[in-house]
Order: sequence, then C-alpha cells, then structure tokens
Amino acid sequence: MSAAPLDSVALRADFPALQQEIHGKPLVYLDNAATTHKPRAVLDALDQFHRRDNSNVHRGVHTLSQRATDSYEGARARIAQFLSVETDEIVFVRGATEGINLVANAFLRPRLQPGDEVLITAMEHHANIVPWQLACEATGAKLRVAPMSQAGELLLDELEALLTPRTKLLALTHISNALGTVNPVAQIAEMAHAHGVPVLVDGAQAVQHLPVDVAKLGVDFYALSGHKLYGPTGIGVLWGRSAHLEEMAPWQGGGDMIRSVTFEKTEFAPPPLRFEAGTPHIAGAIGLGAAVEYLTEIGLKAIAAHERELLAAATDAVAAIDGVRLIGTAAKKASVLSFVVEGVHPHDIGTVLDRNGVAVRTGHHCAQPVMAFYGVPATVRASFGLYNYRAEIEPLCTALREAQELFA
Amino acid sequence: MSLSELYQELILDHNRSPRNCGALEAPTHSATGHNPLCGDQLTLELRLAEGRVAEVAFDGSGCAISTASASLMTDAVKGLDEGELEALFAKFHALATGDGPPAGEMGKLGAFGGIRDYPTRVKCATLAWHTLRAALHGKQGATTE
Repeated sequence: MSAAPLDSVALRADFPALQQEIHGKPLVYLDNAATTHKPRAVLDALDQFHRRDNSNVHRGVHTLSQRATDSYEGARARIAQFLSVETDEIVFVRGATEGINLVANAFLRPRLQPGDEVLITAMEHHANIVPWQLACEATGAKLRVAPMSQAGELLLDELEALLTPRTKLLALTHISNALGTVNPVAQIAEMAHAHGVPVLVDGAQAVQHLPVDVAKLGVDFYALSGHKLYGPTGIGVLWGRSAHLEEMAPWQGGGDMIRSVTFEKTEFAPPPLRFEAGTPHIAGAIGLGAAVEYLTEIGLKAIAAHERELLAAATDAVAAIDGVRLIGTAAKKASVLSFVVEGVHPHDIGTVLDRNGVAVRTGHHCAQPVMAFYGVPATVRASFGLYNYRAEIEPLCTALREAQELFA
Repeated sequence: MSLSELYQELILDHNRSPRNCGALEAPTHSATGHNPLCGDQLTLELRLAEGRVAEVAFDGSGCAISTASASLMTDAVKGLDEGELEALFAKFHALATGDGPPAGEMGKLGAFGGIRDYPTRVKCATLAWHTLRAALHGKQGATTE
C-alpha cells in the first residue's frame, strides 16, 4: 500500500513559527534534528491544559484533577499505540537523555561487575556514550565501541565479534543525528539476543521520520524525545519491556511512585509510575500526545516518503557545489545532510546561511567521536522535517555559494 | 547589518593568511583553548622577556572569526606587559559585546566591532584572548564556557 503524497506546503500553515522572516528573508528551517517546530494541535493542547484543566494527576477527587489524569494517561495510551507497545510500558521522562540514564542506573548498574562490558557504536550521540561511561567507571566495567565504515555504516561482523559473555548491554542509535544513517536495528537486536545481550535503542532521531513498530524491532528499551517529534521540550519517553521494568528498582524516590510509605519501609508502585517520581511534566505529556495524534493523521509512511525524496534532491544539489564533502553517505539515510565545505569553517557558513534566513546546525552535534572519525572539527548539518519542501533547497545552495565567494 | 560589517576585509585577510601561526622555539608560557560550542581548539605559546611579550604564536583550527582574532591579537600584544595586556583585553571584550569604545579607537582590533550584532560569535572572537590569559596565569587551558 503506497501512502498518499504529503502536501508539505499546505501543512506549513499548521506551524505558526514557520510564518516569519529572518533578516528580511523567509525562514528556511533546516535544523529539525536539533528540534522541530510545534503544530497548532500541540500548542492548543498545551493551552487548553493550562487554561482549563490545570491540576495535579493521580490524586484529588475533584473534577480538574480527574481531567488532568485522564488527559495525562490518555497521552500515554496514545503514545503506546503510536509505538505499537503496551501502555504500562511507557515511562514519561524528560527526554531520550533521561531515558538512557534511567536504564543505565536502574537496569544496568546493579548487573555490572568489574570486567563486564557495555557495547556502544562509533556513531553515538554523547547522550548514548556518557551515561554508560559513568556506569562503567562506577563499577569497573569496560566500554567497548563497535566500528563503522567511512560511509557511516556499522560493520556488523565486527559488532557481532564484540558481543561476548562479558557484554551486559548493547546501546545504539536508530538513526545517527550527525550522519543520518538508519541502522538495521531489528537485525542487530536479533544478533545481540542470540548472545544473550539486551539492547537499548536511542530513537531520538527516528520516530519522527519512519514508522517505528517498537515491538517488532525486538529490542529491550527504546528512548525518545518529545521536542524532536513536533512536541514540547522537557518531555520524552522510555519504553521498556514490562519484564525488565518489573524487575527494576526505582531510580528516583518521591511522590507518585509509591504504593505505601512508612518510616520503616516503602512499597513502590508498579511500572510505569515507579519511575515517575514527583509531579510529572503533565502539560508536556499531553502536548506530546497531541503531537503523536497529529503525526498519525498525516501518516509516518507519507512523511518518510516525502523526506526521502527531499533528502535525495538536497544531497544532489549540495554535492554538486565545488568543494563540498558529504559526511555520512550510508545507503539508508533519513533527514540528515551533513557536510563540510573546503576552505570555509562550518561556523562561518552558519552565520552566512542565517543572514539568508536559512537555519542549520553547525558544530559537532554532540557527537565529537564522530567528528574525530572523519577528521573534522565540525560539520554543517541540514536536517529535514515534514514541513520542508523542494523550494527550500535553492536558498540553502545559494547561501552556500555566497559563503564560498566571501571566503574565497 | 550586513555580512560585510562582520567579515571586514581585515578579518578575511587574517583568516586567509594568519600571522604568528605556528610554534615557538622556547616558549615560557602556553595554554590550549576550547570552544565547546563548536569544537574549535587553539594552542597559544608565548615567551615573556623582562615582563613583556617578546614572542607569541598560535596554532589550531577555527572559524574565520577565531582565526583572525588570534592572528590580530598576537600582532597587537607584542611588547605589552601583563597590565597593558589586561587593559587591552578589557577594551576588546567591551568592543565585542557592544558596550565598549568606538571601533575607531581600537586600531586594527576595531575590525571586530561588527561582532556585537552577532552575539553567538562573540566567543569565537574572544577564544584567543582567554587562552592567552590562561597561559599568562599559568593555567593549562581555557574554555569560552
């Protein structure tokens, strides 16, 4: 079944922030891997919660508290459906970073012994490196890194060779934020499980670009950030298999995560509330629920097809400019076009592009090991979302040429 | 505010052919500076003689603003003692952040007067200066954070 083509120009009307000029030029927003803009559906959901339903959740018998609880738990159910998982496997966190830290602390650390290993890959964001480093340092375990090719594709044979009886977890990204590589997560998870190794996937760059059936991926944990998914900042999701979540002790203690408390002993609530100590980001969760509903209506298949076509066209156009070197040329990519321009530092390109209304990310993208691998201090990264369209490629290329002329 | 006010000819020139770029034979002080925002790195060496900057050189990779700033700074600080250097840094910082002396009173360093309209780039312009001060104060490194 092929999805109906996506009318990105019409959809742009749903995003108030896109209707502005920057330095007198129409905004061309190509920094979607950093964060996405929010559709009216999300802004309205946030507004309605704050203006009408504002209350705390899971307590209080009054009407507003009931409304807030229904909306909060309704968002959880909607997100579970979006990811094709069970509702009580959805833990609300601040973002993918906190989700990964939760697993590092509540799942991995109690299992780590000196000499054990945690396996990550060469293309991880700092968020999927540092939490494991901290866990390793605290326990005497070792961090191992599965290598990638010059194109930015994981070397699967090498990865498999690093899966040993000492390996206690494999953590990898679904889509690389710096390179755009789409990793064959289901295949890798099968490989890891054959060696008895649980798998965490950093999905921060994936769920907004591809239909993701988390249950079918066969992984153990999946973390994502709401603000990269057209939702609010400060909210994200950790999905975990209920068998794991049941076994895990709480990470943070407080209200809302308990069944009963005396000074002698506390009985904890079952998951997911066990991992949601304190008043959660209720508005954020509701906003994320609205974002997921918005994306479901448009259809991830249509979004994926639209962005694939756009990325291919942009890649051709940018690669045709003399002196451009693409960073990340995997066969399967999504959204991200990362590159350097000979003789012009990415930072200077970023400023020239901004003066032309074009917003891109320039820097190391919180992936310094990836930059080191390619021997560059930084790259220019254009990343596309559902509201980008073909006519935005030209201003990007024109501004790149202007930067080249300026620094020639 | 046009790009040519930020990227003045003097800045473009010093970016293309940076002065005092390389290493010293016998430095008395050195430090490495980082701009964690963009990953830029800069190593700065200097030789003090009788309390004054006798020689100074830098090396590293950076954007046009940070390279030109290191180049022009190393030209400007030769012969200065620590007090004069601190005073010059204070003036430069004020110029870059927009509450400083008119660019015309700053000699060649006045070329950075356009930075005030690009707040995200101020750290690029001051990286070399922070690194120089770290070297003088005997610190190993500097960061613009």
